[in-house]
Amino acid sequence: MNNKVIYAIYNDDDILMDAVKKTRAAHHHIEEVFTPFPVHGLDKAMGLAPSRLAICAFIYGCIGISFATWMMNFVMIQDWPQDIGGKPSFSYIQNMPAFVPIMFEMTVFFAAHLMVLTFYMRSRIWPFKEAENPDVRTTDDHFLMEISINNNEEELVSFFQNTGAVEVKVIEKN
Amino acid sequence: MYTFSSKLKTLSFILMAIGILGMGYGFYSAPKDIHEVETLLAAESHGAHGEKAAHGEAHSSDGEHVQTAGHDATEADAAAKHEEHLTHVLHELQNKPWAALYVACIFFMLLSMGVLAFYAIQQVAQAGWSPVLFRVMQGITAYLPWGSVIFFVILILCGLHFNHLFIWLDPEVVAHDPLIANKAGYLNFPFWIVRAAIFLIGWNAYRFYSAKNCLAQDDANDDLFYKKNFNISAMFLVFFIVTESIMSWDWIMSIDPHWYSTLFGWYVFASFFVSGITMIAMVTVYLKSRGYLEYVNTSHVHDLAKFMFGISIFWTYLWFSQFMLIWYANIPEEITYFITRIQLYNLPFFGAVVMNFVFPLLILVNTDFKRITWVIVMAGVVILAGHYIDFFNMIMPGTVGDKWFIGIPEIASVLFFLGLFVFVVFTALTKAPLLPKRNPYIEESKHFHY
Repeated sequence: MNNKVIYAIYNDDDILMDAVKKTRAAHHHIEEVFTPFPVHGLDKAMGLAPSRLAICAFIYGCIGISFATWMMNFVMIQDWPQDIGGKPSFSYIQNMPAFVPIMFEMTVFFAAHLMVLTFYMRSRIWPFKEAENPDVRTTDDHFLMEISINNNEEELVSFFQNTGAVEVKVIEKN
Repeated sequence: MYTFSSKLKTLSFILMAIGILGMGYGFYSAPKDIHEVETLLAAESHGAHGEKAAHGEAHSSDGEHVQTAGHDATEADAAAKHEEHLTHVLHELQNKPWAALYVACIFFMLLSMGVLAFYAIQQVAQAGWSPVLFRVMQGITAYLPWGSVIFFVILILCGLHFNHLFIWLDPEVVAHDPLIANKAGYLNFPFWIVRAAIFLIGWNAYRFYSAKNCLAQDDANDDLFYKKNFNISAMFLVFFIVTESIMSWDWIMSIDPHWYSTLFGWYVFASFFVSGITMIAMVTVYLKSRGYLEYVNTSHVHDLAKFMFGISIFWTYLWFSQFMLIWYANIPEEITYFITRIQLYNLPFFGAVVMNFVFPLLILVNTDFKRITWVIVMAGVVILAGHYIDFFNMIMPGTVGDKWFIGIPEIASVLFFLGLFVFVVFTALTKAPLLPKRNPYIEESKHFHY
């Protein structure tokens, strides 16, 4: 089955937003939108689900603080409880103020780094990854909306020409 | 225009009435002399309380004297010691209603100062979101003159030896205490009360002129009053940060005149700043629920909740920095401050951290929660109660020691000032329209969304 898509190209983010809203209202399926910079409210206009990255980060932070607590309890209290400068190493809670800076930093470290790695994995970004931009101008000053065609090419092309697109292309994708 | 609902007005009068009765009871039931204390302590030790141990200790140390010194001398010595102990307890018990009054009074006064500082920052930062809340903030700061007057009267009463809240005000104590005597150049009543007067007048003057200019801006044809407010707000913030620091030494740190901490001013600031922001959020949410704040949306509340969250964590950062530095170095003259609090005030001391840090951290970290009214109210109540406890922890150990209790005098004082606060704030809110008219950022603020 040949898979055709439309590339509707815009040169203004306001026009793009209007076009996205119109497209959604006309129930055409938007495959993807490429923009050179974040367009405020685009995700809402496209109806994308909110990100759950913050929830991930919270969980990673909990892991971080658990790890820090376990590590210092094992090292400082269980394994070799030395008297270092009179600090009480009889139980974790007694010496806890001294551990808090490490617990805090570990929490931040785990939350930040694991969240970034999650972001990379979920957005499929890595070094030597082949760039996916359909038109080089989308990284500079053009906005591109990709819409799939289901035997309604004529109708769609005229529809997008009416949304203020500077260019409407039909592309065959494999 | 806002109309003060009669129910709320009645509630505020009831709170004030209950508060006055409870405070009166607190002063009435405080012991008058050491004989009363003696019977009180005797009754307590019969009840097998902690007093027993203290008495036992005193007796055993007296016992050692029996062997070394003559019998008669020991008797006199023991009697003198016993009397000294009784006088100490008497002072602590007599301080109780005063300290309860003092904590509640300074808490509500500084809370409105926190709002005033936040308001000045919003003016100077030219914040685009907050102008719709300016009248709410001005309403809350209307409590400041009332709170200041009552607070100043209490300070004068301290100076006239009606109580022993500040031991350095007692010439007897200063005469026998070289550490305090060395600080007498700073800690003496005339200088102290003049400083207090200057600070309170300065803060109130800013509040008065800022509110006045804000109203004048409504009817103006240009932005002259807005610019004036910008300038005086910037000057106020400079004045405020200096006086705030000194204020925290004068009114709170000098309760423990042997102890000092360099970040204390910031710590006190964070405590009442977050209380003030919380109060703005609570009053805003209340007025919104009554349908008075047309242009306030969940984004405004969300922003306030973010401030509540962020400044709560800032408070904790300072709390911990102060505690951990002193705990780590463990220098005897500094650590006594925390030893008293951990041994005698264990639950309030650590409870304040739970209420002011753990609870807001877990509740207000969620973006959706920051827009839900009942979550804001719940978190707000816990934060405000937590910061009352924080002030309680700062003031009580140096004034009543181990005789602390959150009983009738403490609760009644809070109720009285809460009633007065509600009455003054909501009366002030009826005096001016709740939406500033010609603020240069008001349109942006009306359409603020996040």
